[in-house]
Amino acid sequence: MSTPHPASETLAPEAAPRTITLTVNGKRYAAAAAPCKTLADFLREDIRATGTRVGCEHGVCGACTILLNGSAVRSCLMLAVQADGQEITTIEGLASGNQLHPIQQAFWEEHGLQCGFCTAGIIMSVSELLRRVPRPSEEEIYETLGGHLCRCTGYQQIVHSVQRAAQLVRQS
Amino acid sequence: MKPVSFKYFAPTTTAEAVEILGRYGADAKVLAGGQSLMPLLNMRLARPAVLVDLNRIAELDYIRSSAGSVAIGAIARQRQLENDPLIAERVPLLKAAARLISHPQLRNRGTIVGSIAHGDPSAELPAAALALNADVTAVGISGTRTLSVDALYLGYMVTALNPEEMLTEVRFPALPAGTGWAIQEMARRHGDFALAGVVALLRLQGTQIAAARVAYFGLGGRACCPVEVEKILVGASPSNELFTQAAARATAVLEAGDDIHASAEYRRAIAGVLTRRTLSEALARAQQGARS
Repeated sequence: MSTPHPASETLAPEAAPRTITLTVNGKRYAAAAAPCKTLADFLREDIRATGTRVGCEHGVCGACTILLNGSAVRSCLMLAVQADGQEITTIEGLASGNQLHPIQQAFWEEHGLQCGFCTAGIIMSVSELLRRVPRPSEEEIYETLGGHLCRCTGYQQIVHSVQRAAQLVRQS
Repeated sequence: MKPVSFKYFAPTTTAEAVEILGRYGADAKVLAGGQSLMPLLNMRLARPAVLVDLNRIAELDYIRSSAGSVAIGAIARQRQLENDPLIAERVPLLKAAARLISHPQLRNRGTIVGSIAHGDPSAELPAAALALNADVTAVGISGTRTLSVDALYLGYMVTALNPEEMLTEVRFPALPAGTGWAIQEMARRHGDFALAGVVALLRLQGTQIAAARVAYFGLGGRACCPVEVEKILVGASPSNELFTQAAARATAVLEAGDDIHASAEYRRAIAGVLTRRTLSEALARAQQGARS
């Protein structure tokens, strides 16, 4: 499912790509991953789920945030091999066909994005927040959003989008 | 940038991990939460030949009671400190400390023992562990040993661990009854590395301070508990004047570094302000008599 590592014939077996099996958005995948490949790159290149963005590669910007077994984590700070046997949810896993997830709907209604680069990561964090705290306070929303950088919006529309999302999720 | 290739091991028992570390020694790095190590790998600031991933070692995933203390295994996540009932009951300081660590997304993955093993001087948990007189268990092929967190930190990012050793557990003694506590830090943005931070513990006897412990982070090469600050407090009656004296002493004795984020002078000044504030907050808790 993925191209062999070009130098795999010179790598020690423990450093060579190994097959991992994981669930992404409810679907099972088996693919080879070099141990040094990050989960972010694996999702984008091998699963072809390019909705997850790579921004800073050191955990600060939040653009790579996905759900690991329901918890929001930085996929740039995980190795693909660590996802073996785990359940990953990415932004692609939210909508149902053409029907937007309530969080996506809220971001659309409240203009919670401009370029959209930070958005997937934010929405994944918000999905964990709303699952744990259906009626988040402003402070709780800020705490979640604090883990994400947005260059475009100035954040106010994002806060409103999360408040609207909380309503829509409760209604759905 | 992407990590340089490495040999990757994912042992499922502590014994297995220890054997691998024994084989590779200084060529190997331990990977737990990865929130500090992965940025180094991604930026190629670290290029270990071998990575030993602890995340499959289920026996290290615990927060449990241990003879009145709270024992935390190497894989327990920082996020767990926020909701664990044992932590809330016995070491509520750690619940408050966890809220200051970075952002929830990193706390979901970062580990408590990992933060203590890494010993970043700006980190909250090493300072809290120091203030609470925590100790750690280090395991290597040559055996198992216990050391205090104070003995663990030798200097800037240097610990007393041998290359083939790993930390398996940290133990926090329960806060003695009536101990007031507080932790505060100054960072430009919520979640940034602290420019200066203070952990304060106070125990009263009647109207006097019977015991005090004040730990600092963000300043020098490691978290520290300057005895000069404690000497001002122990045996005295708590007051704003006393706390101001303690703050001034802290500013005078603390070592700090200059960098692009803040000057040493600024860090020491903030440390003084936070000394006053945390002592006041700890006093209020001590006077409440409750451990929360």
